[in-house]
Amino acid sequence: MSHGYPAPPRAEERRVLGHPVPRIEDRPLVTGHGLYAGDVSFPHQLHMRIVRSAHAHARIVAIDTVAARALPGVVAVWTVDDITDLPPIDFRDPSAEALKPYRQPVLARGRVRYVGDPVAAVFAEDPYIAEDAAELVDIEVAPLPVLMGAQELGEFDDGRATEPTIVRHSFGDIDAAFADAHAVVEVELTIGRHSGVPMETRGAIGRYDAARDVLELHGAAKVPHRNKDTLVRMLGRSPHSLHLFEGHTGGGFGIRGELYPEDVLVLVAALRLGRPVKWIEDRREHLISANHSRHQHHRVRAAVDPQGRLLGLEDEFFHDQGAYVRTHGARVVGRTMSMLTGPYKVGAYRAVGHFRLTNKTPAATYRAPGRYEGTFVRERLMDAIAARLGIDRIELRRRNLIPGSEMPFTVEFDEPGAEELVLDSGDYPALLDKALAHFKWDEVLADVKRRRAAGEAVGTGIGLFVEESGRGPADGAKISVDTDGTVEVVTGGASVGQGFATAMAQICAEQLGVDYSRIRVVHGRTDRIAYGIGAHAARATVMTGGAVNETAIKLRQKALQYASELLQTPAEMLDIVDGIVRRRGSDGGPSIALGDIAKRVAPGAELLHGREPGLLAEAWFHTDHTVFPYGAQLAVVRVDRDTGQATVERLMIAYDVGRAVNPMMLEGQLVGGAIQGVGGALLEEFTYDQNGEPLAVTFADYLMPTLRDAPPVDVLITEDAPSPRNPLGLKGGGEGGINAVGAVIAGAIDDAIGIPGAVMRLPVTPQRLKELLRRNS
Amino acid sequence: MTEKIDITLNVNGRDHAIRVEPRKTLVDAIRDDCGQTGTHIGCEHGVCGACTVILDDVAVRACLMFAIQAQGKRIRTVEGLADGDKLHPLQSAFIKHHGLQCGFCTPGFLMLAVNVLERQPDIGDEELLDVLSSNLCRCTGYQNIIKAVRAAADDMRQAGAAG
Repeated sequence: MSHGYPAPPRAEERRVLGHPVPRIEDRPLVTGHGLYAGDVSFPHQLHMRIVRSAHAHARIVAIDTVAARALPGVVAVWTVDDITDLPPIDFRDPSAEALKPYRQPVLARGRVRYVGDPVAAVFAEDPYIAEDAAELVDIEVAPLPVLMGAQELGEFDDGRATEPTIVRHSFGDIDAAFADAHAVVEVELTIGRHSGVPMETRGAIGRYDAARDVLELHGAAKVPHRNKDTLVRMLGRSPHSLHLFEGHTGGGFGIRGELYPEDVLVLVAALRLGRPVKWIEDRREHLISANHSRHQHHRVRAAVDPQGRLLGLEDEFFHDQGAYVRTHGARVVGRTMSMLTGPYKVGAYRAVGHFRLTNKTPAATYRAPGRYEGTFVRERLMDAIAARLGIDRIELRRRNLIPGSEMPFTVEFDEPGAEELVLDSGDYPALLDKALAHFKWDEVLADVKRRRAAGEAVGTGIGLFVEESGRGPADGAKISVDTDGTVEVVTGGASVGQGFATAMAQICAEQLGVDYSRIRVVHGRTDRIAYGIGAHAARATVMTGGAVNETAIKLRQKALQYASELLQTPAEMLDIVDGIVRRRGSDGGPSIALGDIAKRVAPGAELLHGREPGLLAEAWFHTDHTVFPYGAQLAVVRVDRDTGQATVERLMIAYDVGRAVNPMMLEGQLVGGAIQGVGGALLEEFTYDQNGEPLAVTFADYLMPTLRDAPPVDVLITEDAPSPRNPLGLKGGGEGGINAVGAVIAGAIDDAIGIPGAVMRLPVTPQRLKELLRRNS
Repeated sequence: MTEKIDITLNVNGRDHAIRVEPRKTLVDAIRDDCGQTGTHIGCEHGVCGACTVILDDVAVRACLMFAIQAQGKRIRTVEGLADGDKLHPLQSAFIKHHGLQCGFCTPGFLMLAVNVLERQPDIGDEELLDVLSSNLCRCTGYQNIIKAVRAAADDMRQAGAAG
């Protein structure tokens, strides 16, 4: 149903789609008129402050709120006893029954399980008073044993292990592959605990409009419609009586916009206390309570033939989920293993993922979830195979790539319910060649050799990857033209700062023949459109863009039909240029503006002849498969042997996106993602002491790349493999930039210090690199 | 702690007579009491620079000051950069060079850059990069922020030479 669209035209044959036009979002953002969660206020609002656990694992003996309640300005203090009717935070999608007992309660029930676990909520007239009162809440606890490693198994509660599930994916005869192997190469690898950490912390404002009986959540992001569905279930309200509102979002990256305890609390408090309730997270809270991510430990091995071809790949890994299972269930474990083989043809495969709980902040998705991890594992393994067999690392990869002639390529797993991967299109070897040529790989290698001879520790790294994007099943859009010619596009998408509105406006403008900068794009409003999936998994441009395209085509046909009747000209002879319908290829002659057509089709208009009034349309885009962009990354890294400091000198991304809607924005996504990847590779880590005390609770401990840590990133965007699964040939662009960065930097550091397989753990901090050098000297 | 005092803050040339606790931070007062929400709060411990404003002629982190300390000073925020509909050259350059994505860090970067270019129009590139590395951005990877500031610096120098 979603296959076989022909390759769409390139940008040069189009008016605005595919061109690097400026964003329509920017003006309010550069003039200070954005509306982020913190900027949303309602008259008579209360302020919420969460009292969080200072213990990583303990039984709650007593909670004394008397002093807090007595503070002037405090309206209420809640503990779990005040919200016993609320269910735990539910999963977004139906999840295995086995996971349900591990969901997070809105406020801790009897036990705290990580430092930061919400225990009580204070509601006060002023945020400063709320914070004062929170300090007066006294929590008496009896400490319990703390579990800090996912490789150890413990007890979650009576009779329930800290391993809610084990996920398995496999295909082919793995035992035969290893029995027949020319060589078996094995590595053990760890990806550190880090996360998206957007510049805007979380925020939620609950408001109950008693006049209309509507409960409103402001400050929503990412997946407002999906979160509405979950909240409707949890709160038992009718779908029409609960709405989410997204303003501007100060960065998403997977973590922002998930449904958290605080979102539920502000809604319930707004209902029960009868006043709007505002909650804005502080940075320390963010670092210990918003979703962590990435933390996995892998033992992976490959069976290869003498040419280095992958006969079999076997991976067992431990995923450190933290204290509870949040809205995604075990999804990151599943994505890690389904995408692990990446762009390579593998004879047989077996992956076992242990989904394990520990006493840390709960984890979920961060940009390219499971792929940053999986690519690190796979590409480290490829480097290890190349070193073991003495084959050039590029040549080894080339031998294993899925050739373009075998596209579409299906990876089917034996396990019932494990979603197959149907790689839709691509020429991976061709992209590798283009990337090497663009990077001037041979010249770079020669230069590196010269510098090494002069005593420098400098090296190169490479990583190849496949991304997944555009998850369905469907998206709808509504487009209308106002009587002044202004076009409004209403979508169920969301904007996390990626330029969603501009992309949708470009797609609409291309079909409708209007100025993209005059289009108003609505997103993140559950009261404007009933269905939407939002912005995650690089899906917005593909899916919502697909829906906007279908709708714009439908509206164009409608406008041309009316114009044809008004101008007494066959519709096929008409075109729309800059919002004016006129004869194709002529500047003169009869014409009519879209706004004037809208006036002529008002209710009761003569022109309608029984047709429904208004110049508007609604349409849907459906798909049953995701689409797969792919890329190559290369880097040059210098190591200071004295300090252990690794410096990324150059980074390059070659990325085939099928068709780019806006190359400027796509490049922005890729470069931004790449620098986040540098953070995860060299700087960022949520560390803990042995008692579960988090050690990265400020930006002085959790180090994100500054401008001085950010190397120049060179981007090569190619459009060789438009997706046959949507009419615009689109593939997602949000996650490719970060995907292979950890792998590439690790490989380049190995190369720089001349120790193959040295880097087995991210981030490669100066301390760890010094230790590697010391051990190998 | 909750005894409030009367102070006057001058924000973008307008006096705001407000009543705040002495412990209220400047950024909270600018946002909540003066209603200028363009200045953002990213970390409240002086690292990220999202709250950067210009105080007289110095770029400061408004989360690290009390409102009362800004009395009698001229406070400039992002809302004061444009001249009516005419954007400041740095605002235009950020749009043209795609120097923002989510826009949350943008007001802080704009005030930081405006301040440095006003004080040192001929600043060398290395020193400029040092100054800009004092604020955090999580979306752009900084590349386009640097492009935008360099371009605006050129424009401002040319305008200065012409004027």
